[in-house]
Amino acid sequence: MTGDDAAAMSEDSKATVGGQYCGRCGGPATSGDHGGCVDALSLEPPRYCPACRRRMTVQVVPSGWTARCVEHGELTGSTWPGS
Amino acid sequence: MTPSRYDTGQPRTSVCARMAVMTAQAVHKAAPNIDGSETSGGASSPGRGDILAVAREQVLERGERLQLEQILEVLRTGDDELEELLALAHEVRMAYNGPEVEVEGIVSLKTGGCPEDCHFCSQSGQFTSPVRSVWLNIPELVRAAKATRETGASEFCIVAAVRGPDARLIAQMREGVAAIKAEVDIHIAASIGMLTRDQVGELVDMGIHRYNHNLEAAASYFPHVVTTHSWQERWDTCQMVKDSGMELCCGGLVGMGETLEQRAELADQLGELEPHEVPLNFLNPRPGTPFADLPVMESNDALRCIAAFRLALPRTILRYAGGRELTLGDLGTRDGLLGGINAVIVGNYLTTLGRDPKEDLSLLADLQMPIKALNATL
Repeated sequence: MTGDDAAAMSEDSKATVGGQYCGRCGGPATSGDHGGCVDALSLEPPRYCPACRRRMTVQVVPSGWTARCVEHGELTGSTWPGS
Repeated sequence: MTPSRYDTGQPRTSVCARMAVMTAQAVHKAAPNIDGSETSGGASSPGRGDILAVAREQVLERGERLQLEQILEVLRTGDDELEELLALAHEVRMAYNGPEVEVEGIVSLKTGGCPEDCHFCSQSGQFTSPVRSVWLNIPELVRAAKATRETGASEFCIVAAVRGPDARLIAQMREGVAAIKAEVDIHIAASIGMLTRDQVGELVDMGIHRYNHNLEAAASYFPHVVTTHSWQERWDTCQMVKDSGMELCCGGLVGMGETLEQRAELADQLGELEPHEVPLNFLNPRPGTPFADLPVMESNDALRCIAAFRLALPRTILRYAGGRELTLGDLGTRDGLLGGINAVIVGNYLTTLGRDPKEDLSLLADLQMPIKALNATL
């Protein structure tokens, strides 16, 4: 994943677009209905790497989350905008 | 303190057998009718408004908690009585706790890879949940405590997904608590599983002021929720915490497929235990767990639970815990704060996300509920 891709992901914790796979269910992003996944991602961090669908290690803290893929590096999300 | 019928060391009968006796006694106990007359024998018939009138007199006016059959009657009231029920629960909260709301942040020090099989939990290593093992380092822990304090919260709870702490976790807790205390003015709580008496002492020495260990479910439903340890083991840890001088934080989950009777049983057992704080979780069905396909609780059922728990625990700190965003939404959150709840978790949970604290704090300001100050809790 490029730095630009990672930056785009970290701007929106609901994002599943921009990668091949859905961060919530690990399924192919362009097929199947991921409407439920988009909704879910407002209340949970992504668990699957959008680039390769590997399960990521995810740390949730009060103000946000960090998700790491062994291959593609780190995604972050802040749930306290402006903090 | 009068020993509880659930304490180990007393003549052993199964918890379920004791509960059956309690239930039978409660069924045959006469409940006063609204006009003061008593119904002789049999179960009290929950006429419209009866249990609310009984609760008003018993709980609000005399400060005596509802008992098992009464809690069940509350849970059986209809949607047409919900507004009145919540209003009564709110009066009880205000009378015995005042308007303040205690605000707390929590963080997972050790996530995932838990050896237990609590069916609601995405952190169990026994299921196909996508949650993987992660450890938080000390600087990150202190940052989380600071961020929590900046919201005005007075409590910060460190949680680990374990059966119980080993020496390594105790050492990390000691280092982590010391690091937080050096930089952040906040009360520290912990939730790191079942304890030995020595471990209880170590946590007291570290300066942990409150310890969480939920009963999770009613004793009779517990075997359907967890098989790797017993309800009695959880009860025993809770009693040791109480004996140590640390405040006990103990609650559980509803919406896990239990019956209304079992929901009432959980509230009654918590009422018997009298924790300082009761966190109430509404099941958020997590992918890969045995409970993944259970339906999300109906908002009105969740609100009835809140009111029933308040009437079973008039003096406790009753806290919104996991699942309230999903189950209640914004409007339901407000209704619950006006229906018995007097504490919240601010920000995110252990593996799932919560609201922006500004939204919760704005709601509390709208409701004219001050945040409990740090000094007030000392």
